[in-house]
Amino acid sequence: MTDILLRGGRLVDPSNKLDAIGDVLIRAGKIESVGGNIAAPDGATIVDCSGQVVAPGFIDVHCHLREPGREDVETIATGARAAAAGGFTAVCAMPNTDPVTDNQAAVGFVLKQGRAANAARVYPIGAISIGEMGERLAEFGEMVGAGAVAVSDDGKPVVSAQLMRTALEYARTFGIPVADHCEDPTLAAGGAMNEGLVSARLGLKGIPGEAEEIMAIRDILLAKRTGGHVHLCHMSTRGSVELIRWGKDRNINVTAEVCPHHLSLTEDEVEGYNTNAKMNPPLRSADDVAALCQAVKDGTIDVIATDHAPHHNDEKEREFSDAPNGIVGLETALAVNLTWLVKPGVISLSTLIEKMSCAPARLFHLPGGSLRRGVAADVTVFNPTAEWVVDPKLFKTKGRNSPYVGRTLTGRVGCTIVDGRIVHQVQG
Amino acid sequence: MANTSSIVLTARALERTVLRMADEIVERNDGTDNLVLVGIQRRGVQIAARIAAVIKTREQIDIPIGALDITLYRDDLQTVGPRPVVGKTHLPVSIEGARVVIVDDVLFTGRTIRAALDELADFGRPARVGLAVLIDRGGRELPIQPDVVGKLVEAPPGARVDVFITELDGRDEVVLDLPAAQ
Amino acid sequence: MTAPLGKDLLGLEHLSADQINLILDTAEPLREISERAIKKVPTLRGATIVNLFFEASTRTRISFEFAEKRMSADTVNVAVSASSVSKGETLVDTAKNLEAMKIDMVVMRHGSSGAAKFLAERIESNVINAGDGMHEHPTQGLLDMLTLRQRFGTLAGKKICICGDVLHSRVARSNIWGLTKLGAEVAVCGPRSLLPSAIEEMGVTVFSRIEQAIEWADALNVLRLQLERMQAGYIPSLREYNRVFGVTRERLERAPRDILILHPGPMNRGVEIDSDVADGPHSVILEQVTNGVAVRMAVLYLLAGNSPQLADAAKGVA
Repeated sequence: MTDILLRGGRLVDPSNKLDAIGDVLIRAGKIESVGGNIAAPDGATIVDCSGQVVAPGFIDVHCHLREPGREDVETIATGARAAAAGGFTAVCAMPNTDPVTDNQAAVGFVLKQGRAANAARVYPIGAISIGEMGERLAEFGEMVGAGAVAVSDDGKPVVSAQLMRTALEYARTFGIPVADHCEDPTLAAGGAMNEGLVSARLGLKGIPGEAEEIMAIRDILLAKRTGGHVHLCHMSTRGSVELIRWGKDRNINVTAEVCPHHLSLTEDEVEGYNTNAKMNPPLRSADDVAALCQAVKDGTIDVIATDHAPHHNDEKEREFSDAPNGIVGLETALAVNLTWLVKPGVISLSTLIEKMSCAPARLFHLPGGSLRRGVAADVTVFNPTAEWVVDPKLFKTKGRNSPYVGRTLTGRVGCTIVDGRIVHQVQG
Repeated sequence: MANTSSIVLTARALERTVLRMADEIVERNDGTDNLVLVGIQRRGVQIAARIAAVIKTREQIDIPIGALDITLYRDDLQTVGPRPVVGKTHLPVSIEGARVVIVDDVLFTGRTIRAALDELADFGRPARVGLAVLIDRGGRELPIQPDVVGKLVEAPPGARVDVFITELDGRDEVVLDLPAAQ
Repeated sequence: MTAPLGKDLLGLEHLSADQINLILDTAEPLREISERAIKKVPTLRGATIVNLFFEASTRTRISFEFAEKRMSADTVNVAVSASSVSKGETLVDTAKNLEAMKIDMVVMRHGSSGAAKFLAERIESNVINAGDGMHEHPTQGLLDMLTLRQRFGTLAGKKICICGDVLHSRVARSNIWGLTKLGAEVAVCGPRSLLPSAIEEMGVTVFSRIEQAIEWADALNVLRLQLERMQAGYIPSLREYNRVFGVTRERLERAPRDILILHPGPMNRGVEIDSDVADGPHSVILEQVTNGVAVRMAVLYLLAGNSPQLADAAKGVA
C-alpha cells in the first residue's frame, strides 16, 4: 500500500482539539504522523491540500442502501460510492430492506457487499424486532457477533413500549445503541407533511410535532429506567430538542441525530406539492429549524446524519400523498451543512466535523473519527468555499430525489481516504 | 405620422339618419305588425332603441327590442382567444313568425351578422329577417347585404370606422380613421 | 392574446379578484342559455373534453357535462372503475394516453390534493380542477360566490360562515380564498376536531357554537358531513352533531336577520341541515345548482382557445 501525504491543508480534528495548517502522512492504513512540513517518503502519493480542510472522515449513522430488495433504486455498492463522493468514510445501513436485516446471515451479507464495494465502509444496523414487525426481539447477540453496530426498526417506530424497554435492556449486554424512529403512529397516520398553515392550505393531512415528541420522551424515560443507550433518529422539532435537553440534564443515556434537510429547509418547500420535499419526519417550521440549529451548536444534538433514502423517479413522480417519503443525502450533506450552518456562522467548522465524524464514531463505537497517530486512516479533504450547483445527473447514488437540485451550495469534497486508500478524488 | 380622421356623421346628421332608417324599416315591413328590432351588443342595441323611439312617435306603437350578444357564436375563438366580457342576450318576445330586423352600428366583413343569424335561429324561426346598419363600410367576406343603410362609407381595409353614441360614449358622432401612410 | 385565466383553473387561492370577477361576470349572461328552447351555443364546437373522475361524483360531473354540451363541446366521461388506473397505471400515463387521442381539455376529480396541478404541469390540454383531495374545488367556490353575489349585489362586507367539516373540505378552502378576495368576511364554525389546527392563520373568524355563527352571519354555507368522519372518530355521533351543530329552523328563527342558506350537496338531511331549512324560504341551494352550470360554462369559455406554452415548459420537468 502506497503512503499518502496530505500536504498543506487546514487540519481540523475536534477529537484532538486540532485546528492548524499542516500535513498528514498515512501509512499502512493508519495515520502515521500529523504536523508541519512532513517530508514525503519515497514513492508516496502527495495530495496538495492547500486551501482545503483535512478532517477525520465523515460517518453517517443513518442511511438506507436498499439492498437487498430494491437494487433498482440503490445497491450497497452505489450507496458506498455515493458516500465516498460525499466525504463519508463509513455509513451505517438501516435494516429495513427486503428481507429485513434481522439475523446474523443478513448482517454478514451487508458487510460482504460493503467490502466488495471498495468505497466507504458499510456497517450494518440490525433490526430490533424480527421483520421490523414490532413483536419479537431479533437476535442482537448474533447480529453484533456478525458485525452489526446498532439496532433499529427505522422506517417504523417501536410502537410497543414494552418491546422498547426490553430492547434497551437487552442491548446493554452488547454495548450497542438502540436507534429509534420516533413517531406515534396514531397521531401521524395518513400524514403527508408538517401540520400547520401550509398543510391546511394545501389540503394535506398534517403530522403534528407531538407525534415525534411523545415517542421521544417515552424513549428517554425508558432509557432512564433501563440505563440503555437510546439514540433518537432524525429529530425534527423544537419540542424534541427540549425533551432531549431534559434527558441529558438528568444524565440519561440519550443521544440524538438531526438531518441536514431539517437544519436547512422548512415546510414551505412542499409548496406546489414538491414530492422531493416529502420525507418522514416532515420538513417543519422555521422555528423548529432554528431550535435544531441551536441544539447542534449547544450539544443537545450529538450527530448529523443523512437519512439518505433513494427512491425511483417514477415513485416520486406522482400525486403528493402517494409519493414515498425520503430524499438522497449522502452527496449533499457536507455542502448543505456548510452552506446553512458554517457559512452564516451558526456553528464552527470544528463543531460540524464533531457532529459528522467524531461523535458518530464515539457513540456507535466505530473506527475513525480522529486524526490521531495510529488511528485508522479514514480522512476527508474538502474545499470549504468552493461553490457548485447540485445536478442529480452527476450523483453516484441511483437516487435523483433531492430538494437541493439546481441550488448553488458551498463546500465540495476533494478527496476521501478509507483505510489508507483514496476511494474518491476530484481531479483538478 | 399622424392618422387622418374625418367626421362621417355629425350629431345632427346621425339623428337625421336614424329618422330615415326608422321610416325605411316601417316601409319595408309594410307597417309594424309582428316587427321586432334586435340590436347587436353593443351600440346596435342603443341604435335599435333610438329607431324604436322614432317609430313610437310616428306610429304610436311600442316595437319590442331585443339584444343579441354574438360572442359565443364567433368563429375565431380558437385563433384569438376569448373576449373578456360576454354581454347579455335578451329577446323580450318569441321571434317565431316575427319580422325581425337586426340592427348594428357598422357592417364590415359580415361575420358578426352570420353569427347573429345563427344565434337567432336558436331562438326560433322568424317569418323574415332583415338587416339595418348605421354604416356600411364595405369589405364583405360573406354574402351578406343590408336592407337599410344609414350611410355608405368607402373605407379601405386598414381604416377604422368608430361610432360614438351618447348613451355609451357621451357624444353622437361617426369618425373615419385612415392609416397614416398608404 | 392569452386567455385571461391562463391555461388551467386549479384553484382560487392564486387567482386575483379581477380574475374571479371576470368569471362571475361571464357566468351571469350565460345563465340565459339554459333558459332557451335550444339550450346550446356553438362556442366550443369541435373541442373535445374529457371528464376524468377518479372519485365518484354525480352532481359535479353532470353539471360539467351540461356546461360542456351547452357550449357544443364533445365530451367523454372516464370513471375510475372503468379505466386502467385501477390496474396500476399512473395518473400521468392515463393523461398522456388521453391526450394522444387529441383532446382539448380535462376536467378532473381526484382524491389526492395537488393532483390537478400535477396533471396540468404534464399535459398540454387545459385542466379544470373539479375537486382535488382536501385542497380545492374552484368551480364550487365560484358558484357559491355567484349565488351570493346575485342575492346580495356585492360580496364586499358580507359575512359568510362556512359550517361543518372544514378540515377535510375542498369546498371550504375555495370558499375561504374566493370570498376573502372579493371582500367578504369569512368565518368557520364546527367542532375543533373538524377544523384545521392552523385555521385562524387562514384569516377567518372561528365560532365554536352554531348559535354564535347564526348571530353573526349574513349567509351560512353548510358543508356536507361525511359519515366516514364519525367512523374515523372525529365526532362521536351524527345524532349529537345535529344537536350541537345542526342548522335547524329553531336556531335560524333566533337570528337577528334573514340568513341565506347554501349547501354544496349532497345533503344529509337531519345531520348538518334540517329539511325545513334546506327547503325553506332562505335556502338558495337550487340556485346554486343552476349557477353551477353557468359558472362552468364561463370557465370553459375563458380557458378555451389558449395556446399551451405553459405545458411545454412544464414537460421538461419529468
